[in-house]
Amino acid sequence: MDQKDNTLKVTVSRGTSGEQFEQEFEVPAYENQTVLDVVSWIQQNSDPTLSYRFACRVGMCGSCAMMVNGEPRWTCRTHVKKVVRKNTLSIAPLRNLPVVKDLAADMTPFFDKWVDAEGYHHPTRTRHDPMQEVTPNDEERNRANAGIECINCAVCYAACDTVANNDAYLGPAALQRAWTLYNDQKNENGQAILDAVSRDGGCHSCHSMGSCSLYCPNELDPMSAIAGLKRETAKNLFRRRR
Amino acid sequence: MLEFRLYMAQRLTALLMAPLVFGHIAVMIYAVQGGLSAAEILGRTQGSVFWFLFYGTFVFAVSIHASIGLRTILHEWSGLKGGLLNAVAALICAALLALGGRAVMAVTLL
Ligand code: SF4
Ligand code: SF4
Ligand code: FES
Repeated sequence: MDQKDNTLKVTVSRGTSGEQFEQEFEVPAYENQTVLDVVSWIQQNSDPTLSYRFACRVGMCGSCAMMVNGEPRWTCRTHVKKVVRKNTLSIAPLRNLPVVKDLAADMTPFFDKWVDAEGYHHPTRTRHDPMQEVTPNDEERNRANAGIECINCAVCYAACDTVANNDAYLGPAALQRAWTLYNDQKNENGQAILDAVSRDGGCHSCHSMGSCSLYCPNELDPMSAIAGLKRETAKNLFRRRR
Repeated sequence: MLEFRLYMAQRLTALLMAPLVFGHIAVMIYAVQGGLSAAEILGRTQGSVFWFLFYGTFVFAVSIHASIGLRTILHEWSGLKGGLLNAVAALICAALLALGGRAVMAVTLL
């Protein structure tokens, strides 16, 4: 990196929902540096009042996602090199969510929608029963496995234009979790899941444009999971009529 | 639940429309290639139960399909919702049915 390239111009969104403003910082550039490193450098060296959220720093916990140059990213695993434009970075809280302060988005609506989509475990057995066997290679299990590595980072939720334009829409992560559970042998009451995702704002509101699958940092495919829900709910409609 | 019903209605009308679109295109190409005049075309379509049903079904499917799609766009782009949104969508459906129906009748009734 040559001399004039060794500082980054970083624009950071500050404040809370409705009262946001932008602030510029100069941050030393390094050969190896993540966006989270940049945010941490600012907090440690320029302005200790900067609020942001992270925990694991290795792409496991899903707490560090922010908008970087207008696109949702997991900041702990996004190298500055990959996203920087002319030595400038703009960093903002995740789109489609209220802001707690500065770079920390309020995840409440995101997690409320997981519950609304029945995206929680419905156990088949109690502790007194023998363990449920899981056949590792059957089709259903593979469908469940496809979405199981979701880290709840809400990158997909921020990337989705349907979420942006339709308040009621449950969003890609919650619907993908519903699909994962629907296919899980250890989960009961698939009908409750199908009913939940068939309500207004459910899977049928998805326009299948695929921003969620494009941006998911774990390379999951919520769009296809939602397509699965659409198919199952439609089939189920005819099944129930009979 | 309403959205799910509309979703199904939109898919089913799409299913109806697909073969009708191909039929319509085939008829147009045939009419143009054969050099049929307007009077000759009307001579074949007027009084034909087949063409009445063909284009009648088409108009019916289009009206439902399009008004559901426009309802979604209106909701997402203008924030319109609830009863007002449904009323506007129903109005669009009625207008398409009226306009299309009028054309079908003009071409197929004697
Ligand atoms: S495919 Fe569906 S969930 Fe994914 S970004 Fe598009 S509308 Fe949102
Ligand atoms: S599906 Fe991907 S982008 Fe969405 S919350 Fe899960 S890990 Fe994050
Ligand atoms: S800090 Fe845990 S995923 Fe980034």
